[in-house]
Amino acid sequence: MSELAIDKLKAHPDGAALDAFMHAHAFPLVEGNKVTFVFRGAVEAVHLKSWVYGLPNSQPLHHLPNTDLWYLTLDIPRKSRVEYKFEIVRHGQGQWIEDPLNKFRATDPFGANSVVHGEGYTVPEWTRQDPDARPGVLEPWIVKSKAFNDVRHFNVYLPARFRKTRRYPLIFCHDGPDYVRFANFKTVLDNLIHRLEIPDVIVALSGSPNRIGEYADDERHARFVTEEAVPDLEARLPLIGAPRGRCLMGASFGGVASLSTAVRYPGFYGRLLLQSGSFAFSDIGHQNKRGPAFEPVVRFMNRFRENPAMVAEKAFISCGMHESLIYENRSLVPMLQATEMDLKYVEARDGHNWENWRDRLREGLAWLFPGPLRMVYE
Amino acid sequence: MKGALLGPQQLKQSLGAAVRALGREGPIALVTAGWQEREDQDEELPAQFGRNLVNLRLYERAERVFAEDPEFAKAHRTRQDQLRQIQEFYKLRLERTFDAAIDIDRKAAGSDFHADELRLSFEQVRRLDQEHLERVTALREAYELQTKPLERPSIARHRRELEKILKAVGLIAIAGGHVAGLLNRLRMFGVKEMLSDHYLIAWSGGAMVTAERVVLFHESPPEGVGISEVLEQGLGLHHGVLPLPNPKLRLKLDDPFRVGWLSRRYLPEKCVALDQGDFVLFDGDTWFGADGTTLLKPDGSTSTEWTS
Repeated sequence: MSELAIDKLKAHPDGAALDAFMHAHAFPLVEGNKVTFVFRGAVEAVHLKSWVYGLPNSQPLHHLPNTDLWYLTLDIPRKSRVEYKFEIVRHGQGQWIEDPLNKFRATDPFGANSVVHGEGYTVPEWTRQDPDARPGVLEPWIVKSKAFNDVRHFNVYLPARFRKTRRYPLIFCHDGPDYVRFANFKTVLDNLIHRLEIPDVIVALSGSPNRIGEYADDERHARFVTEEAVPDLEARLPLIGAPRGRCLMGASFGGVASLSTAVRYPGFYGRLLLQSGSFAFSDIGHQNKRGPAFEPVVRFMNRFRENPAMVAEKAFISCGMHESLIYENRSLVPMLQATEMDLKYVEARDGHNWENWRDRLREGLAWLFPGPLRMVYE
Repeated sequence: MKGALLGPQQLKQSLGAAVRALGREGPIALVTAGWQEREDQDEELPAQFGRNLVNLRLYERAERVFAEDPEFAKAHRTRQDQLRQIQEFYKLRLERTFDAAIDIDRKAAGSDFHADELRLSFEQVRRLDQEHLERVTALREAYELQTKPLERPSIARHRRELEKILKAVGLIAIAGGHVAGLLNRLRMFGVKEMLSDHYLIAWSGGAMVTAERVVLFHESPPEGVGISEVLEQGLGLHHGVLPLPNPKLRLKLDDPFRVGWLSRRYLPEKCVALDQGDFVLFDGDTWFGADGTTLLKPDGSTSTEWTS
């Protein structure tokens, strides 16, 4: 590969060359598999903070002598997407900031990160609003829950051409509000339906006031979804009302909630969409390194691993190669395959984040619910 | 029957050219039931045909029938569920068989068994197609025997209206859309049985459902699986050609293996790709005047010189 731009600058680091370097490039600077992160400012140190499994969480940027420029070049494979922040150190105090030279941001419930797109990665066009796609609507929904002894509020997505005389598949989506906010889920649904890649579907976009507790194999949650929410939806909406028309989906702990609910009610759900599921387990004992929140997950996964069963007919599993849960997700795949569950597993060069989950939605949904594309010839 | 089969009309329109080539004057009966709830959005078509059109509104009529006749609606829904399930199982068998055929083709390449293995794989797929077609046909016949759609008062009333419209026209035009829904509505009202010496103009999905067999195809769908599948028998208003509309989107015409397979699999029908605005004319079993259409040949090549 030809010399990197940063190496040319290092050879002649004068003011004019620095200005030219900054003017000529967008940052981070992507050159094939090499990505150079750059920060400018009068600081004592700069660290790259990222969550790429296999790389250190914190890596120092190098200071270019006699300038205010800090840089770090990393190998980032093609089609990767990496979220990161800088920690800048002033007067001995560290402060985490987004990269001021990078306009790309990804948001999540905790705030925002800067994003670098490796060579070959583009944001899928079906995640952006298509003016030709008729938008579906979000209807508020309320379910009284005996399981939780409270009232649950969530939104239900109805497709643009919703008609009471038709029957629709139901997707029960964990962390639904976050899927809509951070993974453009409503836009994705509008677009995939418009492109006939999935059928018209109804999606319950359910959240939880205590997701870490309720999503970690909580019997009440499974009961709420299966004996309260889904029957209520099926009673009041024109749904297929059979396993092939019922899907549970979720990411991270939402993936655990989906799988554990399906395990508690085997055969009730025909489809599972599990993204970066927090499927922690242990091979000896029930100890885990991830903290107390994972203890019920480990117990559940250990039980399931001892006696895996085909709890749903089809499952789509995705996970980022850059996240620590890749080991757990890869381990789950052969186990589910052995149950004769129809399984599709996809990995991406991405991390444990909403845009990774967004980018896999087309493949997952179209596989679980193939649209009328094969049936419609206009 | 005389008529014309056309490719999609969104980017390049040829309905006017086709109707002129057929040379029959007068108004046209129109079927846009494949567009489902958008059935009535046909405002642009009179200008394209250069004629007055009478939309038969088969989709809307069927909705009224379902509302008036719940017993029929229930039986219809049950049959649709059965068909969907059968189609799913057939597709599953087909995908596994096709995957095996590709593996075997690769492994047997260069060996003495290669030709024999290819033939066996191919025969297996054809057998699956044939068995599926027979199953679906038997299911439809049983359903028709049970529900007697053409004799039901709710449908007979519409048929009388349709018959009147069809008697006043010499041409029927059938647009594409959802092919199962379209075929279903055409059958529900017995449209074929009401045609006499009408000429046919059918485009995209309309060309598919009027063939002897309806074959669904898309070689690169988002879910990744791309093998064509037989849906069911078509209306059989034309013979000898299996129309494959929109090949740029749906076929891999530069892949000789796929072209050859597709072509041989549906023999004796000729697989003919109909791109935007392409059309071909027919008179009984004779095909002529092909404009841009492409024949898929058993050896994996394609040809635009194919009419009989």
